[in-house]
Amino acid sequence: MRWWERDPWLELAQVFLRNPFRTFLSSLGVGWGLFMILITVGASNGLEEGVKADMGNRVKNSAFIWGKSTSMAYKGYPRKRKIELTSSDVEYLVENATTLQAVAPRNQLGGWRGENNVTHDLKSAACGVFGDVPVYKDIDPVIVTEGRYINQRDLDDRRKVAVIGTRVRQSLFSRDEEVLGSHIQIQGVNFTVVGVFKSQQTGEDAEESENSIFTPYTTFNRAFHMGDKVGWLSLLIKEDVRGDTAVAEVLRLLKAQKSVHPEDPRGFGEWSMAEIHEEMSTVFRAFRWVSFVFGGLALFAGVIGIMNIMLITVKERTRELGVRRALGATPANIVVQIMMETLTLTILAGLIGGIFGVFALDTLDSFLVSAEDNGIFRHPHITLDVLLNALMTMTILGALAGVLPALRALRIQPVDALRT
Amino acid sequence: MIVLNGVTKSYLTGSQSLQVLKGVDLQVSAGELVAIMGSSGSGKSTLLNILGLLDAYDGGNYELDGRDMSGLSERRAAELRREMLGFVFQSFNLIPFKSAAENVALPLYYKKVARKEREHRSRQLLERVGLLEWAHHLPSQLSGGQKQRVAIARALAATPRVILADEPTGSLDSVTSSEVIDLLKELNSEGTTMVVVTHESDIAAECGRTIRLRDGLVESHGHV
Repeated sequence: MRWWERDPWLELAQVFLRNPFRTFLSSLGVGWGLFMILITVGASNGLEEGVKADMGNRVKNSAFIWGKSTSMAYKGYPRKRKIELTSSDVEYLVENATTLQAVAPRNQLGGWRGENNVTHDLKSAACGVFGDVPVYKDIDPVIVTEGRYINQRDLDDRRKVAVIGTRVRQSLFSRDEEVLGSHIQIQGVNFTVVGVFKSQQTGEDAEESENSIFTPYTTFNRAFHMGDKVGWLSLLIKEDVRGDTAVAEVLRLLKAQKSVHPEDPRGFGEWSMAEIHEEMSTVFRAFRWVSFVFGGLALFAGVIGIMNIMLITVKERTRELGVRRALGATPANIVVQIMMETLTLTILAGLIGGIFGVFALDTLDSFLVSAEDNGIFRHPHITLDVLLNALMTMTILGALAGVLPALRALRIQPVDALRT
Repeated sequence: MIVLNGVTKSYLTGSQSLQVLKGVDLQVSAGELVAIMGSSGSGKSTLLNILGLLDAYDGGNYELDGRDMSGLSERRAAELRREMLGFVFQSFNLIPFKSAAENVALPLYYKKVARKEREHRSRQLLERVGLLEWAHHLPSQLSGGQKQRVAIARALAATPRVILADEPTGSLDSVTSSEVIDLLKELNSEGTTMVVVTHESDIAAECGRTIRLRDGLVESHGHV
């Protein structure tokens, strides 16, 4: 029997349509199973996407390190020594760390709920003021809406320039005032505004970010008497390196450089976007698996339903199958026929369930988009590989479900069938 | 065409073995129309099943068209049924969800004959049995005589050497019975060997020869 021939399919249609309602009910389970897989996996994808978006569209492979007090005496230094990072540590890391793409030193003045520290004409505002290097925009990207970001010549020449967030602009400038080229005073020091940016994040994170001012790191340290001090280091980890591996390397290097005991759990503070991202991905991967397994169990129950109806069908068609044998059908013909019927029923039902699943996810997605819901559940979707896996699982289960009815059909001897 | 020598067959019923055929010898030549008669329990249906390769026999020899039929695999038996044999049953055994034409074409499908040719041949045969107008009717829409004529057309589809008919008129009234017998006789006169199992003597009388079975043995071979 060749599948491209019309007759086997016509015959399938005849068999199914003989009892359409029963066929429909029996295959409902498989459709439902596939629907469940798609919906649950899609929902967990939506949750993952929502939670990650809520964390901000920060660069996934970033980490932050700052100096703290040690808790262990080492190499003649007492414990509770305050570790302070300097520019030489930055250079040391750039030269020696193998897991990093970039290292950016950062300093800060003012910040969240700080006092008013920035003025322009008669207006004043409380802003986070940062000393930055150009590479920082790869670690925590912002969208520059006017002018430009900090560049290397700003640092080399210690220019007194500033890139301000959109909220800073709102606080200090009137609506139609020209911003670029204007002067602002940060703690009494004059800076020229060369750029305006907005955040890529949403919610409070964005508000805080857009209430910031970026200045060249070198200018900042001189203007605000920071000397050589580095507030904290922002790290950009290489794409193929795990976050915890990179952080471990950096800590090892810095501990050696700063004579901190290698076993000292204190000495440095760290916060790794990369590690958090990895942990979350693990959680959501587990989530997806659980969804897939439970959906798979629903699918399994559905396939049992199909096997059951096929067993009944074979029983009912004992005479017909016997007649076919008498007319010259070989055992192989019969097996192929029953397997084909089972598989077709399974796949047809599964595809219908799948179409409904994809459609339901799409409807939910467009509903969320139109409702402008930016909660922790957004853009529920399934990837092609999940869909293909589900269809493959279904096909394998369908084939297995056909085995028993086919064997049952094979046991029918023409004489048994024709005995009147 | 058909040669049986000492063919035996027994069935297990519970713990008891029931010998249905106790050593049947018979011969049917090519082109013959033979009736097999016997009371119920004489073993005539079992004999027909063995002749039709639908059932295996325990002992003795069966030669069909000069070939030994012992120890056939199911697949080989199916092939031989397809190539050599046509069946007509008492209860017609048409496939209920297929039209008359589709029923007639079914043996050709298993013979891997192309679709167009199957349709053509099926129409030809329905015309032959006078049912061309009924080609697209389902068996449930046909009368008993019509059903049996469709079944005969189906038995003829693969141009078999032998047609085996098991009580072909058993479910029909006397008028349609004689129509069916006339049709079988006509086909026989065109060269198809035919074995008809019946318990009606007026049907047997229409056949060229009557073999009588009694208690699993051939009682008489009739006049050749």
